[in-house]
Amino acid sequence: MTDQHHAAAILGVEGVSVALSGRQILDDVSFTIGPGEFTGLIGPNGAGKTTLLRVILGLQRAASGTVTVLGKPRLRDAIGYVPQKVVLDPDMPIRARDLVALGADGTRYGIRLPSWQRAQAVREMLHAVDAERFADARVGNLSGGEQQRVLIAQALISRPRLLLLDEPLANLDLRSGQEVITLLARIAREQQIAVLLSAHEMNPLLPVMDRVVYLAAGRAASGPTAEVITSEVLSKLYGYHIEVLHVAGRVLVVAGDAAGEQASAALPQAPAVLPAAGAG
Amino acid sequence: MFAAGFMMNAWITATIVAVVAGVVGYFVVLRGAAFPAHAIPKGAFAGAAGASLLGINTLIGLAVFSLLGALGIGSMRRRGRQDVVTALTLVMMLALGAAFLSRTTEYEPQIYSLLFGEVLGVSTNQIPPVLLLGIVCIAAVAVIYRPLLLSSIVPEVAEARGVRSHRVEMCFLVIVALATAMTVPVVGALLIFSLMIGPPAAARSLTSRPGLAMIASVVIALVTVWVAIAAAYLYNWPVGFFVGTLAALSYGIGRGWAAWRRTRAVPVTTPRLTS
Amino acid sequence: MHHVFTAVFEPGFFGSAQVHTAVAVGGLVAIVSAVTGVFTVLRGQSFGGHALGDVSAAGGAGALLIGLSPVAGFVGLGIVGAGAMDMIGVRRLRGRDLATGIVLGSAIGLSALFLHFTTATSATTGSVQQILFGSIFVTSSDTVLAAVVLGAVALASLAAVCRPLLLSTVSPEIAAARGVPVRLVGLLYMLALAVSVGLSSLAIGAVLSTALLIGPAAAALRVTTSVAWALVVACLLGLLAVGLGVLLAYDSYYWGSSHLGLPVSFFIVGIVFVTYLLTGLPAAARAGAGSRGTAPTLAAAENDKIACMSATGGHRRQRART
Repeated sequence: MTDQHHAAAILGVEGVSVALSGRQILDDVSFTIGPGEFTGLIGPNGAGKTTLLRVILGLQRAASGTVTVLGKPRLRDAIGYVPQKVVLDPDMPIRARDLVALGADGTRYGIRLPSWQRAQAVREMLHAVDAERFADARVGNLSGGEQQRVLIAQALISRPRLLLLDEPLANLDLRSGQEVITLLARIAREQQIAVLLSAHEMNPLLPVMDRVVYLAAGRAASGPTAEVITSEVLSKLYGYHIEVLHVAGRVLVVAGDAAGEQASAALPQAPAVLPAAGAG
Repeated sequence: MFAAGFMMNAWITATIVAVVAGVVGYFVVLRGAAFPAHAIPKGAFAGAAGASLLGINTLIGLAVFSLLGALGIGSMRRRGRQDVVTALTLVMMLALGAAFLSRTTEYEPQIYSLLFGEVLGVSTNQIPPVLLLGIVCIAAVAVIYRPLLLSSIVPEVAEARGVRSHRVEMCFLVIVALATAMTVPVVGALLIFSLMIGPPAAARSLTSRPGLAMIASVVIALVTVWVAIAAAYLYNWPVGFFVGTLAALSYGIGRGWAAWRRTRAVPVTTPRLTS
Repeated sequence: MHHVFTAVFEPGFFGSAQVHTAVAVGGLVAIVSAVTGVFTVLRGQSFGGHALGDVSAAGGAGALLIGLSPVAGFVGLGIVGAGAMDMIGVRRLRGRDLATGIVLGSAIGLSALFLHFTTATSATTGSVQQILFGSIFVTSSDTVLAAVVLGAVALASLAAVCRPLLLSTVSPEIAAARGVPVRLVGLLYMLALAVSVGLSSLAIGAVLSTALLIGPAAAALRVTTSVAWALVVACLLGLLAVGLGVLLAYDSYYWGSSHLGLPVSFFIVGIVFVTYLLTGLPAAARAGAGSRGTAPTLAAAENDKIACMSATGGHRRQRART
């Protein structure tokens, strides 16, 4: 479902399809994200979230479709990226501060001399993500939540217009995850950055998510959360009956109805409980 | 090629060496211990050179220095990165070797054979110690086989099951040292590790089952050594050259085979929504 | 006072031309090796750095055979070897060391062949020794010139790509996402490594080459907090090792009654080794106190471990240091 809601969209994805190893990972995915919008890219594991992010970054070729950032086809400098599994060697003598500095100019060739402005920019960024306490600790020694914040700072220091995060909450405990989400939402609002954050659990994101792109079976539905996360839309997406329940302000997405057990069992790709559900 | 006495000795010794190299090498490749497998023999060479100058049996010098190397690498492993520690232990032993060699102003022809092997010059009375050490090596591997395998593949699971990975690592390095001591006179310090890397790597490309891979590794090592000896006999070129080249060849064939198999893989058609 | 001075600096030390050359060449090599070494240790390429020393030596043996200049042999085969290691090396660390080992094994085989021919055709004794250990005191003016040029090339290449190299070392994913040609930068690093190691193997021998590449850099990385400082400290440590080593080697000729002296490589390596061990002491003491990183993060780390939903994070921190 195409969703053209913003004339001045930062990210425009139009009809993207990707097939890998004979499998259709993404099928005609389209959505747009505007400035300051916090968009969740929700879907079960293996639904193609990482693939979609890689297509946006230009690391993966799409069989068809286009991706435009600020109206232009490829604008790497305008995108900040926090990848999924950044394995940071505990022995790597890179301080948090250094990693953030590399985020600023790690792609430039030649030596750089120490500059006051850059040090200042790094300090500001570390302050913005509340990472000053451990700015001089080695990144490999930081906890998951602390590392995540440093990685976000690293992505933000280049002043991107679009911030992509691949499953940033996966390795975090609930409180660290909440802190990261709140931080991202604030940054998105204050700096009018478009944030696209992929997750397989949408409940932690509900308070801050403006829009959602829901990926299932290679297809996507995008729009405001309330419009997309409904039984009708998700059923159409999955291809079989889906119930969306609202319990105590949380969303629970389950497959089939009580009488439809056989219907869901007939299709080979039917999981028992969809992973979009989560306890608060 | 088979009639002369020294050739029989060569075949026999080389066979023993290949078997040990194939077995120990399987774990070398599994554990990513290529550098220690190179460093321990090379450091041992320094000890052998020193021993020969002092008039002691080179085997003792080999054994002492290879053990020193193994213990050095194993004990420093806790504090630093493995590759750094291996490099520094190695150069320290080589520097000691250089110091030994400086004590004399004569050039020892033994150095070449210690480095590159002199399998065609193995005497009959060298075979029993080599055989004995070979049996000890294999027996040692058999004893720690399961903890070694477990801690090589999933170290955390092994730790949880009570396997002390540091101890296993030390045992393994000592086994490598032992294998070194027995094989250096034959294939030379610099090339034993080719045998411990190429054939096992090729074997692992062929099969993932440990037992089968070890057997394949031994078989490939045997073929390598036999062809190398035959070629050395026929062309009068050093055995070491053939060993190095054939080991690389077997590795290349293994990689090629694995790549070919990957392109033939049937893709999974059922999309998995959950993993 | 005079006694102490002559005890430390044996007569003729400051005037000896050999010493001058040794310190100059050794110092130059120490600096190039230290800079290259920092990146080498960061990338976990110690095996590659050492292996290229042997590969270069094979090139040197080959050059000796066909009568080419040793520089061409050392650096030429080193570059080929580095290219091969990079090409067949896979991303995973273990696969990469395996590829290094295979290239090394082939090169050693070639060494065996070349030396076999060399000793067969000409009765050059000690050539094996020479190739392997080299000698800092036996350097010609050609070598010095080559050392300067090659050193400059290696340093310049590293300076050009230091930031993308660092970024792709810390996180290849982030680097790739930012448009860094990770593979290419890695290859360029390997080539710079080949030049640096070729130069140092030629000038001071394969053993010292590895020692000065890895030792000062590893020690520096253990004690400093940032890469920039590590580069500086590594250079200083390398220079110190060379200077002190040359001094001790010179003095050793006056020790004892045999007046044979001990080789300079022994002293330099010994100093490097001891320095590395010393830098490990503070870490060992801290390990005893059980601290990791800054104090506030420790509690958070425990929380994460307990409530971790995925196994990766916990495993990473439980794994013993590699």
